[in-house]
Amino acid sequence: MNRSSLSRTALLGVVSLTAALGLSACGAGNEKSSSDTTSPSSGGTSLSGTLNGSGSSAQEAAMAAWKAGFQTANPSVTVNYDPAGSSAGREQFIAGSVPFAGSDAYLTTDELKAATKTCGAAPIEVPVYVSPIAVIYNLPGVDKLQLSPATLTQIFAGKITQWDDPAIAADNPSAKLPSTAITTVHRSDGSGTTDNFTDYMNQVDSTDWTYGQTDTWPIKSGEGAEGTSGVVAAVTQGQGTIGYADNSAAGSLSKASIKVGSSYVAPSAAAASKVLDESKPVPGRDATTDQAIAVNRTSTTAGVYPLILVSYQIVCPKYSSSSTANLVKAFETYVVSSDGQAAAAKAAGSAPLTSALSQKAQAAIDTIAG
Amino acid sequence: MSSSAAEVKNRPPRQLGDRVFKGLATGAASLILIALAGVGIFLTSEGFPAFTASKSQIPGEVTIVAYIWPLVFGTVLGAAIALLIAAPLSIGVALFISHYAPRRLAAPLGYLIDLLAAVPSVVYGLWGIFYLAPRMTPLFLWLDQHVSFIPLFSGPASPTGRTMLTVGVVLAVMILPISTALCREVFLQTPRLHEEAALALGATRWEMVRMTVFPHARSGMVSAAMLGLGRALGETMAVAMVLSVSGVVTFNLISSTNPSTIAANIALQFPEATGVAVNVLVASGLVLFILTFLINFAARAVVNRRKEFSGAN
Repeated sequence: MNRSSLSRTALLGVVSLTAALGLSACGAGNEKSSSDTTSPSSGGTSLSGTLNGSGSSAQEAAMAAWKAGFQTANPSVTVNYDPAGSSAGREQFIAGSVPFAGSDAYLTTDELKAATKTCGAAPIEVPVYVSPIAVIYNLPGVDKLQLSPATLTQIFAGKITQWDDPAIAADNPSAKLPSTAITTVHRSDGSGTTDNFTDYMNQVDSTDWTYGQTDTWPIKSGEGAEGTSGVVAAVTQGQGTIGYADNSAAGSLSKASIKVGSSYVAPSAAAASKVLDESKPVPGRDATTDQAIAVNRTSTTAGVYPLILVSYQIVCPKYSSSSTANLVKAFETYVVSSDGQAAAAKAAGSAPLTSALSQKAQAAIDTIAG
Repeated sequence: MSSSAAEVKNRPPRQLGDRVFKGLATGAASLILIALAGVGIFLTSEGFPAFTASKSQIPGEVTIVAYIWPLVFGTVLGAAIALLIAAPLSIGVALFISHYAPRRLAAPLGYLIDLLAAVPSVVYGLWGIFYLAPRMTPLFLWLDQHVSFIPLFSGPASPTGRTMLTVGVVLAVMILPISTALCREVFLQTPRLHEEAALALGATRWEMVRMTVFPHARSGMVSAAMLGLGRALGETMAVAMVLSVSGVVTFNLISSTNPSTIAANIALQFPEATGVAVNVLVASGLVLFILTFLINFAARAVVNRRKEFSGAN
């Protein structure tokens, strides 16, 4: 990590320069400099200043809604978010160059140590964005597709290569399956969606999926496409294609239902948030502030959709400047509030946090020293 | 007397201008060298840790050579296809503009070709994904069914059309303007007397082109092709968007599994890369840097060797 610091620093320079330029452009209109921040945490409107974040591109659409909502309530605050990628966000947070990061994966043990050093205390991680990952496919004549976890895994592992395979037929007794070859479409760039999708396959069927959990597609077969929109485009254009993408991006493509317990569940926001109630916190961490979730992908409860992406925001429990601390606290409070979650659901099609999770997250955010 | 006095009076300011301009020109020239050296030093120092890293630290748990080799292969393959398509095409287009087209048609056609160079590569990427790729699919299916005994078309055909061959076509369109513009310029510089002499000896127009224009322009055509090749090697966005990458090494041009290219791989993997993975990407950038250098040197060598035979002197 140290070795790459030069390139990261160069990148950061560019980013902060851009931020500074954007800032000065806004500053002129607001007639207020970025640094003058006033009274602490006395409800929204008295806040001012600039809050910079970086990280997950999956949160980008939701972040646009949060930025709009928060800045409307606090007209003299500017929130900047650079969707540079989860790893880049975590790295910049650990380097202390951004006060908050968005990440599709919680901090690894090593990162947690480094971040604790940066913050001066264990960082706060709260889930803010939960979204179902849809298995999308394009197979003319088949409008409804049901897949058991093993079948799904075998398809993506390249073990089932034709649509009329007996395993698929067994899951779909009433469908007329053609003999078309299956083309699996995966992300060609590193991605939190791939990370969660491979985690799912790894948990439900590790005999067929032997590649573990990884954010870069590990197999040298199938079709690669850049970004969520690239996957959706490739699935749409090909025949006999199947891929995975954020549910909100699936558009008019058909989505497969996944077998959970004894029934098949289609991706939906409600089914996605249900699985969180069944999941446990990641062990070995202080669950009150570090709310990293080990998603229970193997749940058998009816109506649960376990193929989800959980994205976090990572903040420090204390900051050197109290103005930053107040900004972070107010912003995160808004993000996990029912208003913030509803705004994200509307803008990005995410599953709002359940009120229990929302309250738990709020309790963690309250520990930020203002 | 008075005129020489005026000259004397005029000299100092002219000298100042000379000196300033010389300084500016020298500064600009050395700035290029400094920038180039800076890039080289950055790539070497940041890429170096990747060469000493252990297997487990490199993405995919392979050696650094095994990681970069498929990328080099893909980079060269894609650029070679592009050059194979674009070189004859650009020579033809340039020849048409310089020697065949009526003047009224030649100029607008030249502008149109130049305009292709102004299209951003992201737009070429979108065009590749949404327009070209679906229209290539039937061709791939046909190739797979009828000539799959040729290793290049061994299939199975990609159902989406996002293959190395499609990328080659996109890259060919991208390098067409620069190659065409250069070819056109050198074709136009053929000595008029040579051409007229050939025609006077009874040569047809094609014979005239073959006897006078091509020998004269040979080195120019090589540089045009190499400039195009340089652009194709480094193209990032269009390749990253269009190509379905898998990290394999294969000459099969029509299937879904293709080798990635160095530039596209950096663009795709950098946002989620941490630690040594970043060094590995920089190291692959260093390899591309060296590759481009080698190709440019080779091109220059070819041009220099041909110079005395070209009739340009």
